[in-house]
Formats: sequence, C-alpha cells, structure tokens
Amino acid sequence: MQKLVDIVAGVTNGSLKASAVVEEHLARIVARESEIHAFNLVTADQARNDAAKVDEDVKAGKKVGALAGVPIALKDNMCTRGVETTCSSKILQGWKPPYDATVVTKLRAAGAVIMGKTNLDEFAMGSSTENSAFGPTKNPHDISRVPGGSSGGSAAAVSAGFAAASLGSDTGGSIRQPAALCGVVGVKPTYGVVSRYGLVAFASSLDQIGPFTSDVRDAATLLEVISGHDPMDSTSIPQAAPSLVSVLDHGVAGMRIGRVTDLPEGCEPDVLARLEAAFDALRSAGAIIVDVKLPSIQYCLTAYYLIAPAEASSNLARYDGVRYGNRVDAADLNSMYAATREAGFGEEVKRRIMLGTYALSAGYYDAYYGKALKVRRLISDDFAHAYEKTDVILTPTSPSVAFKFGSKTDNPLAMYLCDVFTIPTNLAGHPAMSVPFGTGADSMPVGVQVLATTLGEQAMFKVAAELERSL
Amino acid sequence: MAEKISKETVVKVSRLARLSLTTEETERMTAQLAGMLEHFRDIDALDLASVEPMTQPYPLKNVLRKDVELPSLDRDEVLDQAPAAESGRFRVPPTIGFDV
Repeated sequence: MQKLVDIVAGVTNGSLKASAVVEEHLARIVARESEIHAFNLVTADQARNDAAKVDEDVKAGKKVGALAGVPIALKDNMCTRGVETTCSSKILQGWKPPYDATVVTKLRAAGAVIMGKTNLDEFAMGSSTENSAFGPTKNPHDISRVPGGSSGGSAAAVSAGFAAASLGSDTGGSIRQPAALCGVVGVKPTYGVVSRYGLVAFASSLDQIGPFTSDVRDAATLLEVISGHDPMDSTSIPQAAPSLVSVLDHGVAGMRIGRVTDLPEGCEPDVLARLEAAFDALRSAGAIIVDVKLPSIQYCLTAYYLIAPAEASSNLARYDGVRYGNRVDAADLNSMYAATREAGFGEEVKRRIMLGTYALSAGYYDAYYGKALKVRRLISDDFAHAYEKTDVILTPTSPSVAFKFGSKTDNPLAMYLCDVFTIPTNLAGHPAMSVPFGTGADSMPVGVQVLATTLGEQAMFKVAAELERSL
Repeated sequence: MAEKISKETVVKVSRLARLSLTTEETERMTAQLAGMLEHFRDIDALDLASVEPMTQPYPLKNVLRKDVELPSLDRDEVLDQAPAAESGRFRVPPTIGFDV
C-alpha cells in the first residue's frame, strides 16, 4: 500500500499522477467493497475531478498543498456541502449539508482527494459498526469479525487500501479501538486541537476528530494539516498546534514510560503479551519504565456512560423532523416529533437517549449526572499525578483482538467494556493513539495505546514512532 | 442512589425524550436500563462531597469573536433540505390545540 507521504512527494515532483493514484484506490474499492462495506457513499466522480485538478496544477507549475493527490475517506458524520451525510442513521438519510466541516475545508485546501463517506455505528454510538442502519462493515483481516467502532468504516478503508488515509471521530475510543482491530494507526488528539465545526455532535465535551493511516509518519503529517484554531468552534484551543513530523526521529532515550499497575481487569493474555513486548522495545531504545497508579479509572465506564448519553440526549434533540432529515407526519407537533424520532433512530441510539434523559431528569440529576462529573474530575486528577513522574503511559488499546459479529450485540454492557482502556483519555481530554504492534489470537492485529497529557502530542508521537521502528 | 427503575419511569422518560416507544421496546428498555444503573452503583462507594465537578476538559473562558459581519448559510440551500418548507420558512404541523 502506498504511504501518504510518498504520494505527496511523487505528485508534487511530477513523477506520480494524482489521477493514477485515485484510479488504483478506486480499483481496490471495486474489487473488495462489496464484501467489506467500508463506505456509505463512494464519490468516485468528484475524486477523479479533484485528482485531475491537482495534476493540472502540478503541470502548470503551481504550488500544491501538503496533501496533494492523497485519497482520503471521511467518516459519514462530517459535513460535506451538497454530499449526503447520514451518520449511518435513517433519520438523516438523504440529507445534504449546506456547508463543509472545517476539516473538509482544510483537506481540500491541502490538495487531498476525498473518496467518500465511511460507515459508522449510528451517530458514532457503538464499538463494532453493528449499529449502522445500513449494515455492518467487515474487518478486512477476517470478514467474519467486526472492524471495531464507531469509526469502523474509516479504519477498514485504510486497512483495505481503499484510501491512503481517513478521518474518524473519537468520543470514547471510536478512532483508537477500530485502528487496533484493523491493524492501522489511529490518533485522538487533545480535545480542542482539531475543530469540531461540521462534525455532527454526539457528546460535545468528549468528541474529537483524528486521522487513520497505515503508519506513524502519515498520521503526523495528516494531523498537522487538520489541526489549528478555528473561530467557528468555541472549544478550539487558541494556539498553534505543535510540529509533529519533526520529532519522529528523536528516539526515546531518557523518556519516562508509565506502566499502569492497577489496570482494569479483563484484558486477554495475547494482548497483554504484546504490551509487554512494547515495554521491552522501549526499554531497549533507552526509555525508563515507571510504575504509575490510576485508581479511579475503574470507574471510567460509569462516568462515561452517564456523561456521554446525557450530552447525546441533548445534542440529538435537534432531530425533530423540522429543519433537516426525515419526518413522519402526524396531526400535531409533539406527535410528529415522537413519531419521527421513533422511526428514525435505531435501538442503541434510543437506549442512550433514554439513559441520558433519565440521568438529567429532575430527581436523578444529582445521583447520576452530577456524580459522574465528579468522578470525571477524579480520573483527570489521577492522570495529573501520574504525569508528574512520567512522559507518556502505555496500555492496551482494546482488551481483545477483533471479535466475531453478533458476539456482543445482546448485551450492551459487554459491548461497552470494549472501551475500558480508551474512555479515560476522553474524560481527561488528553491525546492518545493506537499503534499496530504485531498480532495476537488467530493472527489478528493488536494495537498498543500511547497516552500523553494535554498537548503532549510530541512525546506521544516520539514513542509511537519508536514502537513502529522496533517491529 | 435511587431505587430500581420502574416501567412507569421509563414511560415518563420516553415522553421527555420525545420517543414513542412500542410496548415491547419499553419492556426491554426497562430491563436494560435497570442493568446499567445497577452497574453504575459502583461509584456510590466514593466520597465525592469535596470534589469539584468537571464539565469540560480544556477550560476556556469568554470565547468571543470579533463583532464583524460574516456570510451565513444560504437560506434556500438550508430550506431545500427541510422535510417541509413554505415561503422561506420551515413548515410544521399545528402547535396548539392538542394535548402535549
């Protein structure tokens, strides 16, 4: 598979045609998309036009962008003007947004070629893409297994070579867990580093956009392009994002790597073995392994599954059949709202709206939502203490390799446990990334997760690059 | 923490959430929510009296933009995506004269 950085270099110096790169990727889509179902929509004509434009610019001697000719897929919860954006929900099926998300504007300005919109668990709620209203995505490594979720389509698209890179969104692990399960790199940046303008909101205090790529350098390159302050997102951090590509070859000599001694239980031994191998690799490269404790992360599922549904119940109130999406007609306004939402939302989305509405309702607010916000503080404080004596922390990304379809769909709590190692990062607002690090049971990919503190992306990328080099 | 969630509470919450759940969905939701809330009791053991709630991960205050005119969305393009529109406005069913 071609690396993003090689495509940019070739297209920019004229040795490679963006049009040829797009055709190669479209050919792979034609060959395998019917079994993988990574996409809700492939925008082949637009991709061909965009690639031709890049080639014309190169030929005319014009300066081209940092992603010139790179085929990129977008999770279908990012707004694309005039191009259907569904969130894999029936309620938004057919909706064509009247504006582009900031990340889309940035990608286009950098010369990227958008290949289409990728499948997800409806409104990004899930860990397997089995909650998509349009059917699940399959794991390209073994189509009897899930690709992870919620950004399963974006992970599968990179893994299958349908795009050189993709964007996903991560609210509780929705970039990192599918990256691990599909054997690609996935990054959740610090909250506020990438603009959320035009990202359909799930849980606004947790959501963050980030890249999927086939290696660490590609991820750093893409993240540099999509980062930066955006006045259209009031939670956007008002300072320049740090340079990432420049630190990749710095090595890890003397860096302190945290090992969590009170990690939540339930991780499979094959995954833990790869984590140990990662510690060994970093130690060999001169890093120092430091034991840290995060006693409150055992409560992360409770805090997350109260806070995220509470925010979702508020955010999803906008799907009322009035301004966009689909409507079920009824005699009066309230009946129309209820009928529209009953028909338009899938089971998991309804479950979370119900849970969130309950947690915020009079009489229960203090017992549930109020307490969850305090637990969120405890988890954040735990990390703050840990980062006093370590630069990054290493954990598994997912407790197991990709699981079989249907194996967790009857038990919502079992599905929620997939996110036990990724959720704490979102609650704290920190960056974290999953790096492919060998294979586990049944030769399926295993990811190791590198966590860092707020705006600690440079340290995180140094360690990720070292892990990749050691393989 | 509160007592086990009842079917009546689930019905009330579904009304607040503007979801007309079927009888079967209400039954299933009651059991599933009860299971989750039971799991969530793990935080009852924590002493949280002196802990400050955390509402956002990166505290920014008074985020204001410059008071200058910027282009807004194209009205026709927006209304074109609405389920029903008329004379430059969204059209909805009657809002008064019915029980809510």
